[in-house]
Amino acid sequence: MCLAIPAQILTLEETRAVVSIGGVTREASVMLLDSAAVGDWVLLHAGFAIEKLDPDEAEKTLALIREMADADPAR
Amino acid sequence: MPIPHVDAYRAAAPAAALIARIREAWSGPPVRIMEVCGTHTMAIARHGLRAPLAGAVKLISGPGCPVCVTPDGYIDAAVALASRAKITLATFGDMVRVPGSRGSLEQARAAGADVRIVYSPLDAVDLAAAEPDREVVFLGVGFETTAPTVAGAIVTARQRNTRNFSVLSSLRTIPGAMALLAADPAVRIDAFLCPANVSAIIGADAYRPLAERYLLPCVVGGFEPLDILSSVLMILRQKSRGEARVENEYARVATPGGNRRAQALLAEVFEPCDADWRGLGVLPASGLRIAGGYADFDAGRKLGIAVAATPVRSGCRCGDVLKGMIDPPGCPLFGAACTPATPVGPCMVSTEGACAAAFKYGSLA
Ligand code: SF4
Ligand code: SF4
Repeated sequence: MCLAIPAQILTLEETRAVVSIGGVTREASVMLLDSAAVGDWVLLHAGFAIEKLDPDEAEKTLALIREMADADPAR
Repeated sequence: MPIPHVDAYRAAAPAAALIARIREAWSGPPVRIMEVCGTHTMAIARHGLRAPLAGAVKLISGPGCPVCVTPDGYIDAAVALASRAKITLATFGDMVRVPGSRGSLEQARAAGADVRIVYSPLDAVDLAAAEPDREVVFLGVGFETTAPTVAGAIVTARQRNTRNFSVLSSLRTIPGAMALLAADPAVRIDAFLCPANVSAIIGADAYRPLAERYLLPCVVGGFEPLDILSSVLMILRQKSRGEARVENEYARVATPGGNRRAQALLAEVFEPCDADWRGLGVLPASGLRIAGGYADFDAGRKLGIAVAATPVRSGCRCGDVLKGMIDPPGCPLFGAACTPATPVGPCMVSTEGACAAAFKYGSLA
């Protein structure tokens, strides 16, 4: 029930967006976001974008994970 | 365009390496880590993350599912409302199959009640606008992830002057439940894997009092296998250094302060109240009721229905499952009287419930 899924904003008119979820489109509200733009990745839950997904942070976290996976356990 | 990086978060080689690091990082008795999010519960089961960590880590499923922690009395009130004339009950799909003490909403619908499944609380507002001679009651169930969407629907209904829309709120906030579990010596938790999407709203800093007061490492982690494994490793590294702080592995979505706009909306539409959690009892200020300014949208006040306390039905051990006191197979009904097709308790209804996940994916080793 709390499933939230990543979606990308295709069009935007005030707080009403059309988003793409893996190719499927649907309407969503962006009223919970401070700002939103076409092309943004958002986390969609129950018809609302609840937060933006930051691709740079995603990349940083991955780098950190790879570092942890490679780390010398005895450090 | 594909979701950025999602495949990378499922890569097998770093997962195997992380499992090895986890096993090296800790040599003491298994660290008991509780996840309080149903999506974590499901991901852990689906990706088979328990068995390879056994010995170093014991992953325990907590009260992560709003459906699972909703008490019988609320279901009973919903069934009673749905059975009245001129009322349409709108709800998320998970809720219709949860048995209350007098049956489920699905059974009420079979008996003629108007129960509709919606994807969004906004759909329920649209439903009310389309059918002005009926009262559309939305079942407000969920944690901080869902609560802002319900608040958004209420504000939208007021803006559009949709007066035949109301919400029966059983919304809850998570940190209070985590504190109760942290303080309960019988539960014995060593660390929390904090919920990802709840944290997007409340922010990672919300767990600092928990980490400091109960000396429990708290890591906000995403839902992909590498997210969960690296979060576990972060917890073990804290444990081995004797630390207890909040770390945020899910920075791609959750910030330290969370979603301020959503928080402001919650504060505007709701106020804290005591809430009865199935299996945990009444936790002070852990619920959200509709604030006075929005009383017109409060189904309880508008339609004169109260949620009564109901005794736990015999046999079901959902309360102990939700506290991590037993694993699902420890319930005598598990897999026998209680299966996803014939659920006795809510933990078997919701696909993210601990019992349903254990039933579907097997071993909890
Ligand atoms: S089980 Fe359902 S309600 Fe619970 S966290 Fe998962 S999705 Fe949400
Ligand atoms: S097996 Fe069924 S009855 Fe037992 S705890 Fe799980 S949901 Fe409740």
